[in-house]
Amino acid sequence: MILAVTWDAERLGPAGRELMGAAARLGAALGADVALASLGGPGAAEEAGGYGAAQAFVVEGDHAASGNEGALAALAELARELQARVVLLPADERTAEVGPRLAERLGGTAVLHATAIDVSDGRPIFTKPVFGGKALATVAAASEPVVATLRRGAFAVAEATGGTAAVSTRTAPAADGAVELVATEAPPAGASLEDAKVIVAGGAGIGNGDGFAELEELARLLGGAVGASLAAVDAGWAPPDRQVGLTGKVVSPDVYFALGISGASQHLAGIGGAKAVVAVNTDPDAPIFARAQLGVVMDCRTFVAAMLDRLRNAQ
Amino acid sequence: MHAVVLLKQILDWELPPSTFRIDPETKRPPDGLGPTLLGPFEQNALELALQLRDAGVVDRLTALVVGPADSTDSLRKALALRADEAVHVEVDPAEALDPSQTAELLVAAIRRLDAAELVLAGRQAGDWDHGQVGYLVAERLGWPAVGLVWHAERSEGHLLVRRSGVGADEQLAVRPPAVLTVTSHPSLKLRMGSVMDRMAANKKAITRWTPDELGLAPGQLAAARRLELTAVWVPEVKRECELIEGEDAATVAARLLGRLDELKLLTRPA
Repeated sequence: MILAVTWDAERLGPAGRELMGAAARLGAALGADVALASLGGPGAAEEAGGYGAAQAFVVEGDHAASGNEGALAALAELARELQARVVLLPADERTAEVGPRLAERLGGTAVLHATAIDVSDGRPIFTKPVFGGKALATVAAASEPVVATLRRGAFAVAEATGGTAAVSTRTAPAADGAVELVATEAPPAGASLEDAKVIVAGGAGIGNGDGFAELEELARLLGGAVGASLAAVDAGWAPPDRQVGLTGKVVSPDVYFALGISGASQHLAGIGGAKAVVAVNTDPDAPIFARAQLGVVMDCRTFVAAMLDRLRNAQ
Repeated sequence: MHAVVLLKQILDWELPPSTFRIDPETKRPPDGLGPTLLGPFEQNALELALQLRDAGVVDRLTALVVGPADSTDSLRKALALRADEAVHVEVDPAEALDPSQTAELLVAAIRRLDAAELVLAGRQAGDWDHGQVGYLVAERLGWPAVGLVWHAERSEGHLLVRRSGVGADEQLAVRPPAVLTVTSHPSLKLRMGSVMDRMAANKKAITRWTPDELGLAPGQLAAARRLELTAVWVPEVKRECELIEGEDAATVAARLLGRLDELKLLTRPA
């Protein structure tokens, strides 16, 4: 059995369908059925049959209330009962913790941030970036089950099969109270970087906080989100949750505008999944141009002003 | 509270991709490719530990490393920033331990330390990016874990921590003993030590334990391996950057948007 786990609220979202796509292909290669467990609500479980799941589970409970303790216990129980060989989770802040802990509870192996899955001699082989994305590695598990988190945007979404799956409901066990949620802070302003198709990111070249206000408008006009380099966050021009890179967020948009970003390895580690990078920098030798598909040698503030003019007029 | 911060010394993560290489025989970067430094998230973890000590939450701080001989530099750095003790579990770099094996040695070392109640680890090592060691240590100690923490303070017998959650930050109350993995944050930039403290640190003793002394014979350590590294390579990136030029910024902007449309990369909101 391949167990896919989603926290999608209400419906199977893009992340959930990518997960189901990876699960269905792996299931076919290993000759294993696919089950989906939804910790976000019944909607995703009800849809799972239509994307290749043979069974679906809704795990009820206030999963956030105990940190991840309750969700972990519930998933460990379900994975054992289903004798899952592979558990697939979407890679995010939550599963960065849940993935390794679940693998350990099951006596298995964790693989984080997988970007591809192949099967060789009946064993799943996972590809993942290492050294901040400067190299790739393939890893296999010496001990199953494997709990893998999958990078957003790296896997094709599941095809609709028109199938159905029986949905059963579980309740997550109560946690022991060692961890309790006190408050969830207001979500930061602006679109989520992980889901954005277009990211307008600024670095040292943007020069000040006002420059970031212009990026907000540019992002809005392009239907995207604003990102920032470590230098820009350190300077206080952008909040830490906007940082892209090894020590920030890993993103996979269609287009990544790197504006006034030189392209330090630290930053490139976060944009390995971008389909196209547009680099704008005054220095034609900046390393960002080696990663970019399209480049403009120009002061990035001048470029942003011209883009804003053009897009405002097009409205 | 006695806190233990887990450190790791890694190859300089700012080495540019153009000079980065992997030796296909050993499946790792060749020795001497660049300097090794205390990893970025370990720096954040050490800073958080020092902040907790400044606030009186932690009264004793031990820096712990499982790694090859050059890891001593990271321990000296921790001592220079006034960690109380430094412990080095020295391993042969050729063994290339996986996260499970590293955690096995760390757990044995933590158990041998006097009444440690809090373990701070970086969210992931900036070389192999496995992101597992802190959590495996927590599970094997039977302690709760909270991931991606960037602030902690004491509050009525527990720790109040702030962490990066999905889409929003969260505040959680954690009852020690516990493991926190630490993520980057502007408030966690590692402080500079004084020259005096650095000189004093060179005179402090580092406790050295071998895997054998921790009760882990070579066979036992080998059996703890979970991840098999089958191949490592540097992907060939053949990307010619197409420069967009024009007589003025307006022309460049128009051409760039046109090119993005042609490449079907931009679907602008209607």
